[in-house]
Amino acid sequence: MAITRADVEKVARLARLRLSEDELTSLTNELSQIVTYVDQLAEVDTDAVEPMTHAIELHNVFADDVVRPSLPREQALANAPSHNDQAYLVPPVLGD
Amino acid sequence: MSDSYKTIIGLEVHVQLATNSKLFCRCSTQFGAEPNTQTCPVCIGMPGSLPVMNRTAYQLALKTAVAINCEIPAFTKWDRKQYFYPDLPKGYQISQFDLPMSANGYLEISDEKEGRFEPKRIGITRAHLEDDAGKSIHDEVHGKADSQIDLNRTGTPLLEIVSEPDLRSSAEARAYLEELKLLLEYIGVSDCNMQEGSLRCDANVNLHLETENGKVATPIVEIKNMNSFRAVERAIDYEAERQYRVWQETGQRIGEAPKQTRGWDDASGKTLPQRSKEESSDYRYFPDPDLVPVLSTPEQVAEVRAALGELPASCRSRLSADHGLSPYDANVLVNQGRALLDYFFTTAKTCNDFKTTCNWVTQHVLRILKEQETTIEEFAVSALQLAELITATADGQLPKSRSKDAFEMMCAEKIDVATAIDRLGIEQVDESALVALCQELLATNPKIVADVQAGKQQAVGSLIGQAKKKNPNVDPGRFRELCLELVAKM
Ligand SMILES: [Zn+2]
Repeated sequence: MAITRADVEKVARLARLRLSEDELTSLTNELSQIVTYVDQLAEVDTDAVEPMTHAIELHNVFADDVVRPSLPREQALANAPSHNDQAYLVPPVLGD
Repeated sequence: MSDSYKTIIGLEVHVQLATNSKLFCRCSTQFGAEPNTQTCPVCIGMPGSLPVMNRTAYQLALKTAVAINCEIPAFTKWDRKQYFYPDLPKGYQISQFDLPMSANGYLEISDEKEGRFEPKRIGITRAHLEDDAGKSIHDEVHGKADSQIDLNRTGTPLLEIVSEPDLRSSAEARAYLEELKLLLEYIGVSDCNMQEGSLRCDANVNLHLETENGKVATPIVEIKNMNSFRAVERAIDYEAERQYRVWQETGQRIGEAPKQTRGWDDASGKTLPQRSKEESSDYRYFPDPDLVPVLSTPEQVAEVRAALGELPASCRSRLSADHGLSPYDANVLVNQGRALLDYFFTTAKTCNDFKTTCNWVTQHVLRILKEQETTIEEFAVSALQLAELITATADGQLPKSRSKDAFEMMCAEKIDVATAIDRLGIEQVDESALVALCQELLATNPKIVADVQAGKQQAVGSLIGQAKKKNPNVDPGRFRELCLELVAKM
């Protein structure tokens, strides 16, 4: 499967990344190489292998439903570009 | 107009599960706290933080899935659903994509009351566990000011329950929602408070039309922002008519226009177009590497099923099959919720008369709860006290004609039936006194005696009135019988 420049533009838009023309060219190249490598892996016969859905062998890891202290609000808001001491402030959100 | 098209409806319900802490961190889920006081690095998506699943949330989700008759696969995992919105600090929602924790369930609905549709089974495609987003507070007055974001709700456990497009009218949609809410409350997995957003519903609606060129479907519209069951009904009715109008104007079919999202505006009673979201393939789902899968065995699922207790549907059939209540009455009782039903059963089992208890509860108790805008938990007359009232009436200690007075007094003054009988001055009139009163009245009313002898039994009615004036404790039924017996002997 070849990766086109249009694919990269679309993925960049979905990830809210603004890419220059040069970046688009080089990323199209790099992504194509990665996908080509995956295509190469896909040639291996895996009929007898269970699909793996996770890289870790662990399962059923749970925590008890017990409330612990949250962050003080000043700390939670500290990294926000804009806040009013109570809430994060963002530019008006389009029709919700 | 409705016979020219069929309305096809599928519902997506989001239910907040009743946990103390969030799905992947231990922040409180308590509603109504000061904005941004219930967040931590995990739920506001700080780099390096790691989610760990809340055991109770998973158990409540599993309990619900079993109660809605879903199959529970042995393996389930969580995925990242990626999109950008200010109330989603991680930049993705942790949801379930291709291997949800449950699928292929159903819920049965009926309309005992008005008979607008036949009882039917509504398929449930899947129910999966995911985290909630935060809340945006828009400045409605100024419009252009910044929006405020409160992330307290971010990470609250949600179960998304997706129905098949099996619903055919707004009445069916409402019945489905009411039955689902009842079930969720019965099994205690959510408080289902729509005002606080614990229960939210989106509807997918389109029309199937029969035309000269065969069957045609209109483009599917997803309706959001419906904040009550009534709003769901109104929005679906409005949307069906709107789609029919648009179809007549444009002839546009499914596939010829992208799926549209419209918001319900309760004030104007219309659905309005919303900015269309990215298509579902653009969410770029992939397995969340920070969370591990959950495995469950058929034995574990069987255990959950066994612990469910009685669900509304089986409770209805038990009430009519085993206790002789009409399906209508059984429905009224069960639909009031678990607390009222417990009250009913306590009374009915104590006085050992299900039918009479049903009459009292459905006619009088429910009426007073409504008048006083209160709940059965706060009701003045306890289940045992109502049972005493029913028993006293059956024994004749309390004449049937006065039982309602006694009940009203018990409600108003929070007293038991013995006290009410006492305060109302009710004394059982013994048979000999009743006979004497009867003889006295017959002697002074020869015209009535003559009428009765001529076959007009209803003439006795005016004697009952006179008797009650002389002694309010007279049991009118017994008095009537006595009068007729005595006249017959004359
Ligand atoms: Zn948190």
